[in-house]
Amino acid sequence: MAAEMEPPPLGNAGETDFRELEDGEDLFVSTVTTLEYPEPSSPEPASLPAEDISINSNGPKQKDVSFDDDPEDLFAEATEEVSLDSPEREPILSDGPSPAITPVTPTTMLTPRMDLGARCRIEEDNNGDTFDIHIAVSDPEKVGDGMNAYMGYKVTTKTSMTIFNKNETTVRRRFSDFLGLHSKLASKYLHIGYIVPPAPEKSIVGMTKVKVGKEDLSSAEFVEKRRSALERYLMRTVKHPVLLKDPDVIMFLESSELPRAVSTQALSGAGILRMVNKAADAVNKMTIKMNESDAWFEEKHQQFENLDLQLRKLHASVESLVCHRKELSVNTASFAKSAAMLGNSEDHTALSRALSQLAEVEEKIDRLHQDQAYADFYLFSELLGDYVRLITAVKSVFDQRMKTWSKWQDTQLLLQKKRESEAKLQFANKPDKLQQAKDEIKELEGKVEQGEKDFELISKTIRKEVSRFEKERVKDFKAVIIKYLESLVQTQQQLIKYWEAFLPEAKAIA
Amino acid sequence: FLSYLLFGHGINVDLQTDATLQVDISDALSERDKVKFTVHTKSTLPNFKQNEFSVVRQHEEFIWLHDSFVENEEYAGYIIPPAPPRPDFDASREKLQKLGEGEGSMTKEEFTKMKQELEAEYLAIFKKTVAMHEVFLCRVAAHPVLRKDLNFHVFLEYNQDLSVRGKNKREKMEDFFKNVVKSADGVLVAGVKDVDDFFEHEKTFLLEYHNRVKDASAKSDRMIRSHKSAADDINRIASTLYTLGTQDSTDVCKYWTKLFPLFSKLSKIEARVAADEDLKLADLLKYYLRESQAAKDLLYRRGRALVDYENANKALDKARAKNKDVLQAETSQQVCCQKFEKISESAKQELIDFKTRRVAAFRKNLVELAELELKHAKGNLQLLQSCLGVLKGDT
Repeated sequence: MAAEMEPPPLGNAGETDFRELEDGEDLFVSTVTTLEYPEPSSPEPASLPAEDISINSNGPKQKDVSFDDDPEDLFAEATEEVSLDSPEREPILSDGPSPAITPVTPTTMLTPRMDLGARCRIEEDNNGDTFDIHIAVSDPEKVGDGMNAYMGYKVTTKTSMTIFNKNETTVRRRFSDFLGLHSKLASKYLHIGYIVPPAPEKSIVGMTKVKVGKEDLSSAEFVEKRRSALERYLMRTVKHPVLLKDPDVIMFLESSELPRAVSTQALSGAGILRMVNKAADAVNKMTIKMNESDAWFEEKHQQFENLDLQLRKLHASVESLVCHRKELSVNTASFAKSAAMLGNSEDHTALSRALSQLAEVEEKIDRLHQDQAYADFYLFSELLGDYVRLITAVKSVFDQRMKTWSKWQDTQLLLQKKRESEAKLQFANKPDKLQQAKDEIKELEGKVEQGEKDFELISKTIRKEVSRFEKERVKDFKAVIIKYLESLVQTQQQLIKYWEAFLPEAKAIA
Repeated sequence: FLSYLLFGHGINVDLQTDATLQVDISDALSERDKVKFTVHTKSTLPNFKQNEFSVVRQHEEFIWLHDSFVENEEYAGYIIPPAPPRPDFDASREKLQKLGEGEGSMTKEEFTKMKQELEAEYLAIFKKTVAMHEVFLCRVAAHPVLRKDLNFHVFLEYNQDLSVRGKNKREKMEDFFKNVVKSADGVLVAGVKDVDDFFEHEKTFLLEYHNRVKDASAKSDRMIRSHKSAADDINRIASTLYTLGTQDSTDVCKYWTKLFPLFSKLSKIEARVAADEDLKLADLLKYYLRESQAAKDLLYRRGRALVDYENANKALDKARAKNKDVLQAETSQQVCCQKFEKISESAKQELIDFKTRRVAAFRKNLVELAELELKHAKGNLQLLQSCLGVLKGDT
C-alpha cells in the first residue's frame, strides 16, 4: 500500500501535503477579521463569496482553494449538535422511565481532536467563535389540496457566525427548494472538484400518498423520514467551509421568499435534460481511458468502489433488521394478547395471574422492539443511506476530474493538428490562412495551458475534499454508532427491568 | 446441552420416576430418512429378565405403543400420554442441500459459516425430537397403571424389531374417517349436560383452554421466528463489518474492527434468546396443546360411556315395559354402568393430576424463561457497555 500517497489521517492533517498549496496565502493575511480564526496563517477570505463563486466559470482563481487544511484545521475540531436532537425525535428514542444514555463526560471535551457530538454542544476551548451553526427542519405542514399540494417545512438557523445577517432566522421551504439549492451548488462546484452533499431523494409514491391526504402511519413515517433527511442534508452542506459561504446557501437559509425552482421537477424540460446528460456521462466514462499518473487517485478510487459495495451491503442488512424488528414487535403484541386470553381461561388462580403478568411483560417488550426499530432506522440505516449517496457524489467528483483531463487532452490533440496544418500552410503560400492558423495556435496554446491548470487544480481540490470527507466520515460514524449503541443499551436495561419484575410472579405460582 | 434436554425436560416435572422403573433415551442416530432411538431401561421389577437393558426403536414403534393404549378399553379412563411428533428434518435437510448446490457461488468462509449454522440447526431439531420421545416414555413409566402394560414391557425389552410397519394408505383413510366420525360424535356427546359439576366444569374449561393454548402456541412460534430472523440480520451485519474492517486503513476502519466482534457476539446472544424462548415457551405450549387434547379425548370417552349408559337405561325401561329381552337389557345396562363408573372414577383423578402437572410445568418453565432472558439481557448489556467504553475513550 502506498501509504505515503494517502492524505495523512486526521490529527496530522496537512503537515506534509498541503503546505505548499497555500500560495495564495499572503494575499489574505489582512482579511482575517470577520471569522476570527486562531491561526493568522490560515486565512479565509470572508468577502470572497460574492464575487467569485457565483460565476459559473470553468477556471476559478486560486483564491477559491485556500480554505483550511492545515494542522489546526478548525473543521476537524468544530462541533455542532448532531441534528438528531430535534424535538420531534424525543418521544421516539426516549420511551420508558429510565433514560440510560450517559451524557458525554467533560474529560473528552478538552482533547481537541475527536469530539463525540452526543447530546450536548461542546464548545471548542481554543479562541472564541468557531464554526457554530445549528439548523433545524421542523413543523411539516401540508399546503394546498389535491395533486398540487405540497409539504412546507420550517427551517430554523441559529448561529453566531457573522456571514449571516441575524443570529436566528426562520423561513419556510418546500422540498423542491432543497432540490433547487442542491442543483445550483452542484452546477457551481462539482466540476471543480468539490464534494457537494446530495439532496434527499424524490419519492413519487410517498409524496402522492401525502398529497392525497392519506392520514395513516406510513405517510406520517414518510414525512418524518423526509424531514430528518432534509435536516441532515442542510447540516452537511453548511459543514462544508466553501459551501457555507455560498450566497445561494445563505439566501436559502435567510431570505423569506425564494424563487420557485421549477427545473427540479422530474418531468420538466430541465429534468429530462438532466437524465440525458447523465446517460451521456455514463457513456463517456466508459470511453475515457485515463492515463493515471497519480497513484493516490488510483488507490482512492478503488477504495471508494470497495467502500460503496460494502456500505450498500451493510445498508441492506440494516434495513432487513429494521423490517424484522418491526415484525417482531407486531408478533410480540399478538402473542401478548394470546397469552392474556390463555391466562383468563386458566383456572388455577396463581398460574392465571402469572400468565396475565407474562402478557403484560410481552406487551411492554413489543413497544421496546418498536422503539428499537426506530433507532435502528433513524440512526443506523439512514446514516448508511446518506453515506452511500455521498460516496456517489465522491465518485462523480472523480469522474469530473477524468472529464477535465479528457478535455485537456482533446485540446492538446487539437493544438497538435493545428500545428501540423500550420506547417503545411507554410509551404502553401497563403499568408492570411497562415496568420489565421498562427492565431488559432496561439489561442489553443492558451487553452492547453488552462486545461492543464484546471486539471491540476481539480486534482488538488479533490485531494483536500477527500481528506475532509474522510475526517467528517469518521466523526459522523463514531457519533452515530455511539448513539446507536446507547439505544441498544437502553433497550437491554429495560428488558432487565421487565423480566426482573416478572420473575417473582412466576416463582409465586404455587 | 444434550443432558440439559434429556434430564427433566421441563414439560413434565412430576416424573420423578422411582427406582422400580427408569426409562430414558441414551442415544440416537439420525439416518437418511429415519431416526433410531436407543431406549435404555433400569428396573427392579421382577417381570424383566435383567435389571438394565437397552433396545433400539424407531418412531413408528412409539406410535404403535401409543395407539395400543388408545385402543385398549381398559385404559379408557386415563389420559393417554400424547404421542411424540414425527421427526421432521425435511426443512433442515433441504437447506443443507441448497447450500451444497450453491457452494460454488460463495466464498470459502461464507460457506463454512453457513454450513456450521445449518448443522447447528439440524442438531437442535434432532435434540428436540429425542426429548419429545423420551418425555412420552417417561410419562408412561410414571403412570401407575400404564407402566404395567404388557406392550410397554415388550417395547422396552424385546430386542428385535417389533415389525410395526407404518400404516398403509387404506389404514390411513380408515383413520381419517374414524376421526371424522369421532369429532361429529364428540360434538353430540359434548352437548349432553353432565350431572356431575366437576366434569361439567372440566368440559367447559378444557374446550376453551385447548383453543387458547393452540392460539398461543401459534403466536409464540411466529414471534420466535421473527426473533431468529433479526438475529440472522445482526449476524450478516457483523460479517459486512468484518469485511469493512479489513478494507482500508483509515480511522473509520478502527471502528468497523471494534464493532465486528460486538455485533458477532450480539447476534449469537439473540439467537440463544430465540432458542431459549422456543424451548421454554413454545415447546411448553405445544406439549400442553397435545395433552389438553388427550384430556379432551378422555372426557369424550366418558361422555360416550355416559350416553351409552343412559341409552341402556332407556332400553331397559322399554324392555321392562314390553316384558321382552329383559335379562339381556339388564346385563347390558349393568355393563354400561360399570364401564361408566370406572371411567368416571379414574378420570377425576387423572384430570386433577393433569392440573397439578400443568401448573408445575408452567411454573418451572416460566421461571426458567425469565431467568434466561435476564441472563442474556445482562450479557448483552455488558458487551455493549464495554464496547461503548472503548469507543468513547478512544481519541
